[in-house]
Amino acid sequence: MLKLNQLTKRYATGDLALKAVDVEIPKGQVVALIGPSGAGKSTLIRCINRLVEPTSGGVDLNGKELTKLGSGALRQARRRMGMIFQEYALVERLTVMENVLSGRLGYVGFWRSFLRRYPQSAVDEAFRLLERVGLDHMADKRADELSGGQRQRVGIARALIQDPELLLVDEPTASLDPKTSRQIMRLICELCAERDLAAIINIHDVALAQMFVQRVIGLRFGEVVYDGPPNELTPDTLTQIYGEEDWEATIEKVDEEEVVTPEEGAVA
Amino acid sequence: MAVSTDKSGQKVWRLSDRNAQLARWFAWFVAVAVIMYCWQTISEQTTWFFVMDAPNIAGDIASRAMPPKWPYINELWEPLWDTINIATIGTLLSLFLAVPVAFLAARNTTPHKYLCRWPALLIIVSSRSINSLIWALLLVAIIGPGIFAGTIAIALRSIGFCAKLLYEAIEEIDEKQVEAIKATGASPWQVMAYGIVPQIMPSFAGITVFRWDINIRESTVLGLVGAGGIGLQMQASLNVLAWPQVSLILLVIFAAVILSEMVSAKVRGAII
Repeated sequence: MLKLNQLTKRYATGDLALKAVDVEIPKGQVVALIGPSGAGKSTLIRCINRLVEPTSGGVDLNGKELTKLGSGALRQARRRMGMIFQEYALVERLTVMENVLSGRLGYVGFWRSFLRRYPQSAVDEAFRLLERVGLDHMADKRADELSGGQRQRVGIARALIQDPELLLVDEPTASLDPKTSRQIMRLICELCAERDLAAIINIHDVALAQMFVQRVIGLRFGEVVYDGPPNELTPDTLTQIYGEEDWEATIEKVDEEEVVTPEEGAVA
Repeated sequence: MAVSTDKSGQKVWRLSDRNAQLARWFAWFVAVAVIMYCWQTISEQTTWFFVMDAPNIAGDIASRAMPPKWPYINELWEPLWDTINIATIGTLLSLFLAVPVAFLAARNTTPHKYLCRWPALLIIVSSRSINSLIWALLLVAIIGPGIFAGTIAIALRSIGFCAKLLYEAIEEIDEKQVEAIKATGASPWQVMAYGIVPQIMPSFAGITVFRWDINIRESTVLGLVGAGGIGLQMQASLNVLAWPQVSLILLVIFAAVILSEMVSAKVRGAII
């Protein structure tokens, strides 16, 4: 469904952030993208929806080449790619409802969106999604009144109301406590399964990634150095991705965490 | 910052080394010398007899100005109303131009770094560099005396002020919120309405009220050059040495300014 061909990004400063990355992701697959800071994880997902313009190479989404699109067609393509951010990136001074509905901006005209006259179907969907992420009672709260976990749930609802085929998730848990992190990861993965969505999740917490995803891609210096199932990550491969360190503890932790009971819940 | 090693081999740290210290003392010496010279020049050009006499004269004027001529206030209501209107309408008019200029001048929203940004900056600088009293002088000559000239003068002066503060606010927004709105497939105008406008609303309201507050004060003097408002009465009263009227006018201006301060403080508190 998503295919990156020789995707390369060189920043104006001369830094080569991505070196001819080839990745193919089938429909419905959730992929964790791991790697040290500066490995090019954020650049990679931003090159897909062209918040960062790739220098060369191609991004193929369902047979459509995204790198060649003009601005109008790009906006149409972006509607089908939901994005979730590290520090939530909600519009702080707008309400939860406005933030969720802003996911529909690509589908409504300027004046309708400016006057907040969204079609009833969009409003219905927003209420449904807020209920699904457990925030239906918060619709009228301002985004800056919410806790970190709640904000990220709003961010998830905003991405999903776009009716995406693909989720681009940039460090969803980096600003959250361990328990909330798991709840958010579980929520994202459940929603992807429900809707048969593919997702690329940038994540620093290797153990957390191993708990939830079907495939892990390790990035180092802009190159793919590991691509495989999460349980085949060995101390050697982690050393290859991150550099020399004692990795036994990280991997052991996974075994313990796998027995965590699911009723810890998606709603907090 | 200077690190050195003394004779016994110990590392010594001083804020500045000997040369820097000497340079600093020399700079002080020059500064004091310049001040002394200026003092002397000013002193030579001052008729000290008049200065000695100043307390007497001030006392004399004060005694003539007291008590204020209270019945005169009935002739002040209308010019006072004019003054407030000049300030309010002038501020609103200026916003019509200041908002687009601010978006053109802000580095992160300008359509073109040179073709749009520089003209916008030029508008800001030229509006700011000319005092509203001088704008009024020019406009009284061009469109004739009266409230209209005053209003336009206030508006022209305010464009630069509002646009400058607003474009600084635009440059300080959180780009991640903008990025998130862009990622939904929003059009550029929608990105502006959702990603940028909510973030600058508090600054926008604060700037507007602050400038209105300043404009109330500025419009009280515009009458001095014939551009309407309470300054006209002030000018007339000064010309005929009607000190009790002058003192009343000053009191009225004082009250108006305090009132505007109160209103702007309230509004700012309510918005932020």
